[in-house]
Amino acid sequence: MDKYIWLIPLLPLAGFIINGIGRNALPKAFIGFIGSALVLASFGLSLAAFFQVKESGQPINVTVFDWFSAGQIKVSFSFLVDQLSAIMLLIITGVGFLIHLYSAGYMKDDGGYGKFFAYLNLFVFFMLLLVLGSNYLIMFIGWEGVGLCSYLLIGFWYTNPNYADAAKKAFVMNRIGDLGFIIAIFILIVWFGSANFADIFGKAGTKDFERAPYTVITMLLFVGAVGKSAQLPLFTWLPDAMAGPTPVSALIHAATMVTAGVYMIARSNILFTLAPDTMNVVAIVGLATAVVGALIALTQTDIKKVLAYSTVSQLGYMFLGLGVGAYTGAFFHVLTHAFFKALLFLCAGSVIHAVSGEQDMRNMGGLKSKLPITFWTMLIGTIAISGIPPFAGFFSKDEILAHTFMHSRPMYIIGVLTALCTSFYMFRMMFLTFWGKFRGTHEQEHHLHESPWTMTVPLGILAVLSIIGGFVNLPESWGGHQSLQEFLAPVFEKSTKLLVETPLASGTEITLMGISVAAAILALVYAYRRYVSSGHVPVSDTEQRPSLANVSYHKFYIDEFYDTIIRKPLDALSVFFYKIVDKMGIDGIVNGFGKGSIEASKGLRLLQTGNVGFYIFMMVVGIVSILMYIVFKV
Amino acid sequence: MDTISHNIQAVPLNHYLLLCATIFSIGVIGVLTRRNAIIIFMSVELMLNSVNLLLTAFSVYRGDATGQVFVFFIMALAAAEVAVGLAIIVMIYRNTNSIDINVLNKLKN
Repeated sequence: MDKYIWLIPLLPLAGFIINGIGRNALPKAFIGFIGSALVLASFGLSLAAFFQVKESGQPINVTVFDWFSAGQIKVSFSFLVDQLSAIMLLIITGVGFLIHLYSAGYMKDDGGYGKFFAYLNLFVFFMLLLVLGSNYLIMFIGWEGVGLCSYLLIGFWYTNPNYADAAKKAFVMNRIGDLGFIIAIFILIVWFGSANFADIFGKAGTKDFERAPYTVITMLLFVGAVGKSAQLPLFTWLPDAMAGPTPVSALIHAATMVTAGVYMIARSNILFTLAPDTMNVVAIVGLATAVVGALIALTQTDIKKVLAYSTVSQLGYMFLGLGVGAYTGAFFHVLTHAFFKALLFLCAGSVIHAVSGEQDMRNMGGLKSKLPITFWTMLIGTIAISGIPPFAGFFSKDEILAHTFMHSRPMYIIGVLTALCTSFYMFRMMFLTFWGKFRGTHEQEHHLHESPWTMTVPLGILAVLSIIGGFVNLPESWGGHQSLQEFLAPVFEKSTKLLVETPLASGTEITLMGISVAAAILALVYAYRRYVSSGHVPVSDTEQRPSLANVSYHKFYIDEFYDTIIRKPLDALSVFFYKIVDKMGIDGIVNGFGKGSIEASKGLRLLQTGNVGFYIFMMVVGIVSILMYIVFKV
Repeated sequence: MDTISHNIQAVPLNHYLLLCATIFSIGVIGVLTRRNAIIIFMSVELMLNSVNLLLTAFSVYRGDATGQVFVFFIMALAAAEVAVGLAIIVMIYRNTNSIDINVLNKLKN
């Protein structure tokens, strides 16, 4: 298997090259086939790698070639498949394949079909590079690459200026985070003399490296994660990223790329464990993001925006998990979230597809009988994300909440309240979309149809995964063995030794589960009464909302806030630099030199009288003065 | 040769110096004050030859022939210069119908 690891990322790259070159020449069916089949082949290889790691328990380390060496530092282009990256590989290629398959149907009528598949393949390549890299530099290549693909795909319909702006926004916000990440890499290289995971994590915490600035390094790494994973205060790009086609939202902005930050922190877990201050910051930021995301999602009316804020909120949960030391729990949530959030986005895409591009839930409703497959699969996804057992989201979210409970009670309470909100806004979305009667135009109603098989098959598979995904880490109170935790144990070994935790009493664990389930059901019932029994529909934009709902609908005015404190001063500064510094200062100096030499020449020109006698006279005067100088000097 | 140098040495060196300085000054003043190109040219020759005379005088007084060799070089050079200079003057005359150097002020404006 070791020999073929390099093929895992290479196959999607080949897909990118083929589809990129032949995007206009090749037939659509062939493009879709190449794009999907190569990712499926990657998935097959990943599966083989996964089982090898699972059986041998040894990570696979492959050096493809030596990249560069400078002084003491030698960086090789090498891949590492251990327990953590093996699972990520499966998520990326597996969910990625389903989304490729779905796109073949979803993008069928789009003019940029070939371009779309080329970008999607390129994204998979970079994402695989990100998780496969065995040092921070390879990870950084992937990290930047997925950012680029995200930009390209958000701005896929670039003729719409709003979409192009959304793409730029995502790119710029990611850059802020990337700066932190790359500085962290520099500090790591300075302190540990290497960017290799094995070297750094081996040395971290040992006597010789006690004084390494773990807090600074981890804070900077966390800044990188904040940008990529859309945490407070850099989360506003993610909802805007919904400008891209829906499969992109599902693959990049829900299942894979945004979880890169979680993966990076889980990968660097030992560094974070050695910096308890950073852990607290991570937990607080995660919790705050979870709360803010959930509160905003409560009142959104765009079906994709609800899911986007829900993603922000769920990512917040993952960071909360990382912050309280529940690395397995956070990673478990990455896994289940990839299933159900990809499913929800694809369902939303199917709904949007059916109602001819409409995204506003106020113009939907009553789609239950028209789109039965979409309805049932989306219901499964909703139950999974709401945390109702035995669906996937329940187990992962509960594990995070249980660790939070041990860490801090107030945080736990806020976490449960957020879970309650999650359940409410998700069922609100379901009820508004599928119950009641259709509120769109007559034309849309006539057009309503279930999606083709390439779209419904991925929905079915993801729905099954959303149901059973939680069983990979079934807690002991449910008769499981926490298999995922056991599997991942080698990755988190050093951290586990440092983070001594008293296991939760079995009774408490059951109580906590009861509380979360009760909260979810409560929210479900409330949403049902509000949106089904009394048939409430969110008001249109022209009408007055209650003040709190207004704040939530306008996303806490965070975009406006950034506009005021960052964009406008920056604009003013640019105008200042343009008008004063550039126009007057720099141009002034350059033009001043020009004008100065013109004026000086005008003056000097008068010396040249054109009178030959005068020239000769001056010459004689000159010679005489030189002679005088020489004679009288001595 | 001996008699010539003996005759030259009969006159004190100071007199040569004064004579040469006078001729040189006449040349300079001629160059500065006259406007006729040919006269200026002649004045230049005057300056050159005053220097030649001085060189010869010094050469004889020092008993070193180098100075006289140098004079021959200057004479050869002066001949070449005259050839070029006269050619220029002829061209000026053809173009302006005058050999007044103050006519040559076309670059002034």
